[in-house]
Amino acid sequence: MKVVFERPQALSDVTTHYCPGCTHGIIHRLVAETIDELGILERTIGVASVGCSVLAYDYLECDWQQAAHGRAPAVATGIKRALPDSIVFTYQGDGDLASIGTAEIIHAANRGEAITVIYVNNTNYGMTGGQMAPTTLVGQVTTTSPRGRDTKEAGYPLRMAEMLATLKGVNYLARVAVNSPANIMKAKRAIKQAFTVQVEDGGFALVEVLSTCPTNWRLDPVEALKWLDDNMIPYYPLAEFKVSGEVK
Amino acid sequence: MAKVEFNEERCKGCGLCTVVCPEDIIALAARINKMGYHPAQVKEMDKCTGCTLCARICPDCVIKVYR
Ligand SMILES: Cc1ncc(C[n+]2csc(CCOP(=O)(O)OP(=O)(O)O)c2C)c(N)n1
Ligand code: SF4
Ligand code: SF4
Ligand code: SF4
Repeated sequence: MKVVFERPQALSDVTTHYCPGCTHGIIHRLVAETIDELGILERTIGVASVGCSVLAYDYLECDWQQAAHGRAPAVATGIKRALPDSIVFTYQGDGDLASIGTAEIIHAANRGEAITVIYVNNTNYGMTGGQMAPTTLVGQVTTTSPRGRDTKEAGYPLRMAEMLATLKGVNYLARVAVNSPANIMKAKRAIKQAFTVQVEDGGFALVEVLSTCPTNWRLDPVEALKWLDDNMIPYYPLAEFKVSGEVK
Repeated sequence: MAKVEFNEERCKGCGLCTVVCPEDIIALAARINKMGYHPAQVKEMDKCTGCTLCARICPDCVIKVYR
């Protein structure tokens, strides 16, 4: 018998601090597999954001820089321009990218910075206790929307992928989910493509990954996979929005 | 011939692997590991096809698959 599946080399052999069943861990593994398969570990630099994934620098074996909340695309811009041969990616939550960091992500995308962005959308601020995020679904109960998100007060959930797809600077843009083995395999292909674009000097690439937060959703991890399917995917459709700079 | 190996001390007992196994041979053990979670374990290893679905959904990279 041969080994057909094992921990990728770029994924540190440690226990993560993530809650049981939190799919941040799956997304880390997909990035690690991509780094291994493209053979880019020695030249990859991650930019960690603020949120539950702030400790990602302990979990992937590449070099890292930690950025202030929302500023990862600006920090990544600086690193990539100073070290153009490096492969630079950010790993950001929806509170980080779609709220406090909206300006940074829009302008990095618009400038067509040659960076890769992994954007993890779990519809809330996980780290700080499950507050409403710009991505929280209409009617979704969070600690700061106890009666459900009210559009009169908070507007509608932001579809970052669709918004960014309108920008000419974007080369590759997809939305994927990690709530089933089939979706995880598709997510892997998109993440690999988003890094390949950078390896081939293609420009800005972003993958929005729909992810679970069982703890703040107050759901069992298995129920959380289904909640994502039933509630998130209808509002946040899975698709490739841009490939090789062309709108799909 | 196929088999899976679980690094039990890393398992957080989330149960995701138990629901995706097409052979339905994974279940959480009654005992607890050092972290205090009920680790996943395989009941009838001879039924494992080595499909890797359990390993692909595990957020903690607990599972190694041989085929
Ligand atoms: C400047 C600043 N403002 C606010 C905070 C508090 N804070 C920490 S994490 C976070 C939100 C994280 O949510 P998200 O990006 O969705 O990541 P998740 O934890 O859900 O993975 C906030 C508001 C901070 N650390 N710094
Ligand atoms: S709070 Fe939510 S996002 Fe953060 S580790 Fe726990 S489940 Fe994951
Ligand atoms: S490899 Fe496939 S058959 Fe074997 S335990 Fe995992 S999911 Fe079940
Ligand atoms: S998916 Fe991983 S962590 Fe969760 S129960 Fe199975 S082996 Fe344990």
